[in-house]
Amino acid sequence: MHRWTSCRTVVTEMQAARLRTFTERIGREFVIGVEDFGHGALLLAESLFWILLGRWWQQPVRLRAMVREMMEIGVMAIPVLSILAFANGAMMAMQGIYTLREFGAESQVISGIATSVTREFGVLIASIVVAGRSGSAIAARIGTMQMAQEIDALRVMGVAPVRYLVSPILVASLLMMPTLTILSNLMAILGGGVISIMELHISLGTYFDRVLSVLEPGDLWQGLSKSLVFGVLITLIATGNGFNASGGAEGLGRATTRSVVLCISAIVVADMMFTFFLII
Amino acid sequence: MSAQPNHSRDSVIEVSNLVTYYGRHKVLDDVSLDVASGEIMVIMGGSGSGKSTLLRYLLGLHRADSGVVRLFGRDINTLNSREWMGLRRRMGVAFQGGALFNSMTVGENVRMPLREHTRLDENTMRIMSRMKLEVVNLAGFEHLMPSQLSGGMLKRAALARALVMDPALLFFDEPSAGLDPVVAADLDNLILRIRDAMRVSIVVVTHELESAFKIADRITVLDQGRILMTGTVDEVRNSDIARVRNLLSRTCDEQLVDTDDYLQRLTGGTD
Repeated sequence: MHRWTSCRTVVTEMQAARLRTFTERIGREFVIGVEDFGHGALLLAESLFWILLGRWWQQPVRLRAMVREMMEIGVMAIPVLSILAFANGAMMAMQGIYTLREFGAESQVISGIATSVTREFGVLIASIVVAGRSGSAIAARIGTMQMAQEIDALRVMGVAPVRYLVSPILVASLLMMPTLTILSNLMAILGGGVISIMELHISLGTYFDRVLSVLEPGDLWQGLSKSLVFGVLITLIATGNGFNASGGAEGLGRATTRSVVLCISAIVVADMMFTFFLII
Repeated sequence: MSAQPNHSRDSVIEVSNLVTYYGRHKVLDDVSLDVASGEIMVIMGGSGSGKSTLLRYLLGLHRADSGVVRLFGRDINTLNSREWMGLRRRMGVAFQGGALFNSMTVGENVRMPLREHTRLDENTMRIMSRMKLEVVNLAGFEHLMPSQLSGGMLKRAALARALVMDPALLFFDEPSAGLDPVVAADLDNLILRIRDAMRVSIVVVTHELESAFKIADRITVLDQGRILMTGTVDEVRNSDIARVRNLLSRTCDEQLVDTDDYLQRLTGGTD
C-alpha cells in the first residue's frame, strides 16, 4: 500500500515537471514573440526617422542605395513574378470554368478572376515572390555582415546601421511592391484571358472589356494598399532576422529560413485580417 | 564645445571602475586604465580574459553597467548621437577579421568614411584613399574585392580604412592573430611607423607576447575580467605577480578543486 502511494507520487511529480517545462516553453516563446514585435517596431520607427530626417542629421539615405535595392527587390523579380502570376491566373480560369460549367455560368468566370486577382491574388503572389527572393537574401546579407563585425564597423565609423542598411530597403519595397502588384494583376488577368479565349470562344478584346466593366477602383486600391503593408512586413522581418543572426554558418541558415517562413506567414495572416476588415 | 570639464589634457582614454555583465556573468570587474596622447597601449590577456569585451566598451558599442569611460575627456554615456558622431570621426578601428564590406572593392572600403563624413569630390577621395593604401603597402590593390586578399592584406586594408580620416585615436584588435610570424612582425613595424608618422594614440588588443613587447609603450594585463597590472614593457617582464609570470612563461596554474563544489556542479545543484 505504502509502495503504491509512493509510486503514484513519483508519477504525479513527473507529470507536474513535464507540465512545468511545457508552460515554461510556451512562456519563453511568447516572450520571444513580443521581443521580436518590439524589435520590429523600433526598426520601423528608426528607419522612418532616417528617411524623413536623415538629411538634417548628416545621415542621408543615399539615392544610389535605394536604386540598388529597387533593382534587387523589384526589377530582378519581374521574370519569375510574371510567370507565376500568369500561371496562377490561367489556373483560376480553368478551375472556375470547370466549377461554373455545372451551373451553366462559365462566362461568370471573368468577373471572378478580375475581382479576386486585383483584391487578393495579385498582391499575394507578388509578396510571396518578394518574400522568397529578397526575404532570404536580405537576412543572409545582414546576418553575414553582423557575424563579420561589419555592422560594428559601420557603427564605429559613425554610420547608423539602420540608416545605411534598412532605410533603403524600406523605401525600395514601398515603391516596388505596388509596382510589382500592378504587374502581377496584369499578368494574372492575362493568364485567365488566354484560357477564357480558348474555352469560352471570345476574343481577347471582349475579355478585357468585360474585365474593365466589372472592376472598380476600390478593388485595385484594396490590393495596392495591402502591398504597402506587406512590403513593410517583409523589410522588417528580413532585416530583423539578419541583425539577430548569430552562431556561424548554421545560425545564418537558421536566420534565413526563419526570415522566409515568418515573412510568408505574416503576409498570409495580415492578408486574412485585411480581408476580414475590408469585406465584413 | 563641451559642458563637461576636460579631466586630463593628456589622456585620450580614461576608464574608471568599469564593471560589465554578460547576463549574470561578470565579464569586467572594476577595470580602470588611461591611455596618454601619442602612446601605444597594449591590452594583453589570454582567451576569455575580457580584453575583447573591454575593447567593445571603449568603442562605445555597449553601455557600461557601472563605471565611466571617457574618450578625449568626455563621458561617453552622456553624449547625444550627434556628439558621438563627431567623436567617432576622430577614432579609427581595425577589427580582427578586417570587417571590410564584402560588396565593395578595397578602394571603396577605404573611401567609405570619407564618403559618409565629408563633402570631398570623387577625385580627392580617390587620391586620399590611395595615399593610405600606400602607407600600409597595398598600393595597386584598390580594385580587388576583400575576398581576394590574404589575411595579412585584409588587416592592412582595414588599417588603411581606419586611418583615412586621420584619427587621433586608433584601435587595433588582434593584429597578429592568424598570421605567420613574418607577416605579423611586418604589421608590428607598420604600427610603430604609423605612430611616429601620424602622432596618433594607439590601443592594441592582443594575446601575442612577442608582438606586445615589441610595440607597446605600456601594457595592461587583463585576467578573468580584472586588471593584473599596468606598466612599461620592462615592468611587465620583471613583474613578480604570479599570474603575470604564468602568462609570460606560458604555464597554466593549478586550480584547487573543492570536492563538495565539484559534486554539486556535476549533479546540477540538486541534493
